[in-house]
Amino acid sequence: MALEKITSVTGRAVCVPGNDIDTDRIIPARFMKCVTFDGLGEYLFYDVRKNADGTDRPHPLNDPRFKNAAILLSGANFGCGSSREHAPQALQKHGFRAIVAESYAEIFFGNCTTLGIPCLSASRAEIQRIAAAVEQNPAMEVVVDVAWAEIRFGGQTARAAMRESARDALANGRWDAIGDLLEGVEDVRRLASRLPYLAT
Amino acid sequence: MPKSLFQKVWDAHSVRTLANGQTQLLIGTHLIHEVTSPQAFGMLRDLGLKVLMPHRTFATVDHIVPTDEVTEPYADPLADAMIKSLRQSCREFGITFFDRATGKQGIVHVVGPEQGITQPGTTIACGDSHTSTHGAFGAIAFGIGTTQIRDVLATQTMALGRLKVRRINVTGRLSAGVYAKDVILHLIQTLGVNGGTGFAYEYGGEVFDRFSMEERMTVCNMSIEGGARVGYVNPDATTFAYLEGRPYSPKGAAWDAAVAVWKAVASDPDCAYDDVVTLRGEDIPPTVTWGINPGQAVNIDGCIPDSSKAGSVDEKASIDEALAYMKLPPGAPIKGTKIDVAFLGSCTNGRLSDFQEVAKYLKGRRVAPGVKAIAVPGSQGVGALCVSLGIDRVFREAGFEWREAGCSMCLAMNPDKLVGDQLCASSSNRNFKGRQGSPTGRTLLMSPLMVAAAAVTGRVSDARNVFSVQQN
Repeated sequence: MALEKITSVTGRAVCVPGNDIDTDRIIPARFMKCVTFDGLGEYLFYDVRKNADGTDRPHPLNDPRFKNAAILLSGANFGCGSSREHAPQALQKHGFRAIVAESYAEIFFGNCTTLGIPCLSASRAEIQRIAAAVEQNPAMEVVVDVAWAEIRFGGQTARAAMRESARDALANGRWDAIGDLLEGVEDVRRLASRLPYLAT
Repeated sequence: MPKSLFQKVWDAHSVRTLANGQTQLLIGTHLIHEVTSPQAFGMLRDLGLKVLMPHRTFATVDHIVPTDEVTEPYADPLADAMIKSLRQSCREFGITFFDRATGKQGIVHVVGPEQGITQPGTTIACGDSHTSTHGAFGAIAFGIGTTQIRDVLATQTMALGRLKVRRINVTGRLSAGVYAKDVILHLIQTLGVNGGTGFAYEYGGEVFDRFSMEERMTVCNMSIEGGARVGYVNPDATTFAYLEGRPYSPKGAAWDAAVAVWKAVASDPDCAYDDVVTLRGEDIPPTVTWGINPGQAVNIDGCIPDSSKAGSVDEKASIDEALAYMKLPPGAPIKGTKIDVAFLGSCTNGRLSDFQEVAKYLKGRRVAPGVKAIAVPGSQGVGALCVSLGIDRVFREAGFEWREAGCSMCLAMNPDKLVGDQLCASSSNRNFKGRQGSPTGRTLLMSPLMVAAAAVTGRVSDARNVFSVQQN
């Protein structure tokens, strides 16, 4: 399966500040009553974006200045909690194509990579520098460079980092592992036949 | 070279190294439920793929099942569509489904162990972060996303980077009225909600040696709340005794052979760990959360924090955010906080011993006026055992609603939800904003006996006093 080589993501950015933003916050569980991921985008951050009567609350994603942002900026331990892929799916369906945060929860990071959403880590100071520039000029184009692990914005560069296996998978178009895994199926059968609990 | 259990199991299940440096890891046992798998089956169909080893995937239904309604179609058409979708996929791909009609349905992390499917030295994956529960048996068990469910269905493997291993020793003894739930809440409070990122946790020490399998499961279950994707306990005589005679456990000569393999998979005594943390059992108090993540917890005798005394800007911001949501007074004792709902159940604390322990003390007591209390067995099996032992009657007579098996109010994908800003004393695992179904609902995590103490007094209380708990 030929996959797109994701070497960089270019677009507008928005900052949703805070640490430990969990998957229930990203997509509340009641919106997971579905048998496809289509349509999850509109429920992204629903309970912090909407009042009980469905009207908007103050939230960066409700701010028209940041409409159509493709890059999400946030704090530490982003995506903690559930393994629900509904969270990265909701981000992707909403239009986000890259995330820059201080750090990520393990399962969320893996789920994003598998969907082709680069998750770069940067220091708080660097993220604040990008966020401040975006706040000044929301229409500014931000480039998340996966290959070089850096973020370019308004003539400036912020340093970032990314786990090598994820960077490699994205930049070389093998972020969805299924093709690689299928190639190993004969080895899988052989190994399984040697493990007592699988051989019987 | 001496190896940890994690290393042994990882090495035994490594198929090959992939181009990006990750390992193609064989997943011996795959568990699925109705929320995260329908899309994976959809992906399989789109790609024209089959399930490679259908006999190694087991399904049940837990998140969306109503606990007060057993006849289909369910009142909620979405829930009804999800269970029918799973039923159809299991039929199409030849997967065993512990449906409600089998009497074996329940929360996937209760059903796997109960059926003897969860075994030492195996790899397990499930589209649910609390899959770490199964590590209690000395399995390496991963919570995964839906695309990885597709990978496991199609190839019985997934692509994964190796984890580091942190050994967590809990020495000595727990005090009376302190439970496995307190151990894990205290640990998360100590190491932080992201303290375990990149690690598998190996739990051990005298406290774990003495723990029952169900207590070990409670701790392993919440490993992920501390950021660790995997948590496990080395298998021992307690593990083998639990597994013997279960439906999927090996029988006869195969049993003896399996036990020999399981004994050998335990960590070698002198193996190296990437990190070691030691806690004294005697230092662990009954612990209650006050905030919006499981690490925001306090000793039952402690106070809700005051952000003006916070040590850092970050800490101040997180306390302020949490207390604004929780509507709790800074600096006040946590004890005495008025509750509206008491929930006993979930994959953390919905097993027989949880209900048994509470029933010991609940007999003759009444749920406080104005408190809604529900008890939800983790599986139909647990429910049936409770009924045969008369435990359900103790709960009913005390004023609890006794329900059918399911995830219930832990995450409120079913009719069991908080309303408005109700405050719930809960034996579940997450206190995130909106977790229990109301966008303003509030959750205090605690042990089952502490939930019972809150139910009968209407306030957060020290169960040791409410029930005069004595040291055994």
